[in-house]
Amino acid sequence: MAASADCWKGGAVADALLQTEGLTRRFGGVTAADAIGLTIVSSEVHAIIGPNGAGKTTLIGLLSGEVVPEQGSIRFGGSEISHLPVYRRSQMGLARSFQITSLFRDFTALDNVALAVQAHRGHSFRFWRDARRDDDLRGPALAALERVGLRDRAATRVDKMSHGEQRQLEIAMALAGSPQLLLLDEPMAGMGPDESSRMVQLLRALKGSVTILLIEHDMEAVFALADRLSVLVYGRIIATGNPETIRNDPGVRQAYLGEKHGAEPGARHG
Amino acid sequence: MLYFLEQCLNGIQLGMLLFLLAAGLTLVFGIMDLVNLAHGSLYMLGAYFAATFATVTGSFTLAIILALLASLVAGMVLEVIAIRPLYRRSHLDQVLGTFGLILFFNELVRLVWGPEGRTLSLPTEMLSAVQVLPGVFYPIYRLVIIGVSLAVAGLLYVLVMRTRLGMLVRAGASNREMVGALGINIKLLYTLVFGLGAALAGFAGVMQAPILTVQIGMGENILILAFVVIIIGGIGSIRGAFVAAIIVGLIDTLGRSFLPDMLHLVLSNSAAQTLGPSLSSMSIYMLMAAILVFRPEGLFPAASR
Amino acid sequence: MTASLDPSLKDAPPAVMTARNVFTIGLIAILALVPVYAYATGQTFSVALFTRTIILAIGAVSLNLIMGYGGMVSFGHAAYLGIGGYAVGILAKEGIGSGFVQWPVAIAASALYALVVGALSLRTRGVYFIMITLAFAQMIYYVAIGLDRYGGDDGLTIYKRSTFGGVIDLNDKVVFYYLCFAILLASIYLIARLVNSHFGLALRGTQSNERRMRAIGFPTFRYKLVAFVISGALCGLAGALLANHTSFISPAIMHWTRSGDLIVMVVLGGLGSLFGPVIGAVVFLLLQEGLSRVTEFPDLILGPILLLVAIYVHGGIGGLLEGRRRG
Repeated sequence: MAASADCWKGGAVADALLQTEGLTRRFGGVTAADAIGLTIVSSEVHAIIGPNGAGKTTLIGLLSGEVVPEQGSIRFGGSEISHLPVYRRSQMGLARSFQITSLFRDFTALDNVALAVQAHRGHSFRFWRDARRDDDLRGPALAALERVGLRDRAATRVDKMSHGEQRQLEIAMALAGSPQLLLLDEPMAGMGPDESSRMVQLLRALKGSVTILLIEHDMEAVFALADRLSVLVYGRIIATGNPETIRNDPGVRQAYLGEKHGAEPGARHG
Repeated sequence: MLYFLEQCLNGIQLGMLLFLLAAGLTLVFGIMDLVNLAHGSLYMLGAYFAATFATVTGSFTLAIILALLASLVAGMVLEVIAIRPLYRRSHLDQVLGTFGLILFFNELVRLVWGPEGRTLSLPTEMLSAVQVLPGVFYPIYRLVIIGVSLAVAGLLYVLVMRTRLGMLVRAGASNREMVGALGINIKLLYTLVFGLGAALAGFAGVMQAPILTVQIGMGENILILAFVVIIIGGIGSIRGAFVAAIIVGLIDTLGRSFLPDMLHLVLSNSAAQTLGPSLSSMSIYMLMAAILVFRPEGLFPAASR
Repeated sequence: MTASLDPSLKDAPPAVMTARNVFTIGLIAILALVPVYAYATGQTFSVALFTRTIILAIGAVSLNLIMGYGGMVSFGHAAYLGIGGYAVGILAKEGIGSGFVQWPVAIAASALYALVVGALSLRTRGVYFIMITLAFAQMIYYVAIGLDRYGGDDGLTIYKRSTFGGVIDLNDKVVFYYLCFAILLASIYLIARLVNSHFGLALRGTQSNERRMRAIGFPTFRYKLVAFVISGALCGLAGALLANHTSFISPAIMHWTRSGDLIVMVVLGGLGSLFGPVIGAVVFLLLQEGLSRVTEFPDLILGPILLLVAIYVHGGIGGLLEGRRRG
């Protein structure tokens, strides 16, 4: 279901999976997040774009739970989560990937994803049986690896994988817990053109089956994937809408694309 | 009441000593990212140096000055020989290595000075007491300790708050590139800082020698107290260390003096006898535990690592 | 089918004849034969020496669980040796000599203290965790010194070893040796199962990358705490054994340098994770014993050895706190 920017007017939306209102956070003198209001609709791919220093890291921190908001609220699937710890949000179905690869480097790809599966299978106070022989973990883990195209690298240690493969693994781990919302923090970071287009294909294949909030600099990818965009500048959302609307919005062009007379978005790379 | 005031002053004096030690530890940890368990050994060496120099020169003042210099030199030599290779290692390796140094120094002292410990006598002028408040007499020497320590604290404050070097401590950084960007010779800087830390520790050892102790293993007991001070005061914070040191000094001293008697009021005689000594020594650890529960980052956390 | 996909790199099955495994098996064999050798050659004192070594190895095994697999460096583990020992000593003095009561109390008391210390200390990490565990051990050291009724600073003599209703006689040196040896092997086996279980992988994941663990949904604090408690409990059992071995318990066993010894053992033996602590314990204690025969000032040599190990040896546990990831 594609969400059209025209058909909703703000306020509570029945299909809203994630909704923030007035989300604010300051660090010293800097307002990193300034009354951010976002509505993410189920099954959409919603991209957040904005210049460097716009506050994207803080926003991810607020949504994932690593940063506590000073004001405002975050509702996920109907529940207020803004003061829940990171692991609780993950268990509720809010998964994230990291901009700077953050994996279990001395374990294999399969071990990595299996851990993510394990986290969502109740508690881990099981002290005796070999977890590596638990098909309830291995099965879904292999499936997640398959989904991102890493099935045949399952037995490889992370520190022996290429950067691109590690980025794919990041996605697999986020997918492993069958999340409702995927928070992807610059999945394309540090990738060359080939790897980027593979990643775009991977993400495109996920569209519809999981809701995605995508933070990304790579404009080609953004416009290829996103149903809607929000533009974040100096901690504030200055525009939300479908790609066409955003592309033509003069305020956005000035603030972000940097040219008064507009530049083609494809020409810029973050 | 007089006794209470006297114990308060003793508590502050203990606090000053703890502050000197904690400050040295924080400096070294803040600038070089080094865990140095052997800090207590430098404290011990300072005391032993002072005792020996006093015997050799016959002059108390000269002994103090020489002992300070000796501590500084010993610290810098130690840094060049044994500490430098540890900077690039993990904290665990540093713990292991400096633990080895503690064993070494305790044994070295036993070899050079024998197992019995030493004494350092005060010159007669310092032995008398002075009236600090109507009816309250307090030994001059202990006042000197408090005074000199406050002066040192002031100097440290200026160092930490007003110099670029101090910036590193407050930031809790141990970033060689950043240090390099300040245009400083890193190796020399580290040696000097370590020497300064050693001098602070040695100074504390020297100051307390006439009134407390000069014996093998004295460094470790007070080192752990210094750790408690750092935890309570806050990470990377000299100001926090100062406040925490005074609090810890007061609680420990007052606890030992008054807690057993207070217990007698509420508990049976034998229970108070049994629990008294244990509880008083536990008091600062209970404070530390309370801080951990309510404010794990410490009272005045300066750094956000 | 799925198991074959992934060789567990840290714990290769013993069937693989690497040099390390051969060495380990050899060491275990030697330890198993110590009493035989001792009585054959008349050097019966070596049974006592190796009994102590094995008991401390159990302590090192317990510490290795949280240090080697959990990334938690506890500088206060000697406290559990003391708590376990005092449980035996105090109960013996009060007339309760049965091991069936003493030993479970030793384990439970240690577990309880570990629970409290862990709940407070695990709010910190890195160096501060080390300092705090050190402080809590020091606290209990002073408590023991203040226990006049139970010997205080002088310690408490334990006149009778724990009795087990005739099932086993601990007064027989050889029997006691093999009991300790059996407990050591059983501990290692339990740890081996533990570190490959769901719990173990959760713990090891936390050591590898705690931030990621939380992000995928693990409440890491509780797993670290439980590991800490298990570790304390096992060390408490070692304490009970030690009290029986020396027929004596004093605050000295909880002196912070004893905690340092345990850390040294774990780091020294960091060659292979499961049996590493045993190797470390044997090497360390033999080194101590050997040096004290050669010189009146053994620490003059031992100290610098530890420093050199710290500087140059990249044991399996080397990059524990900092190397792999920061914060």
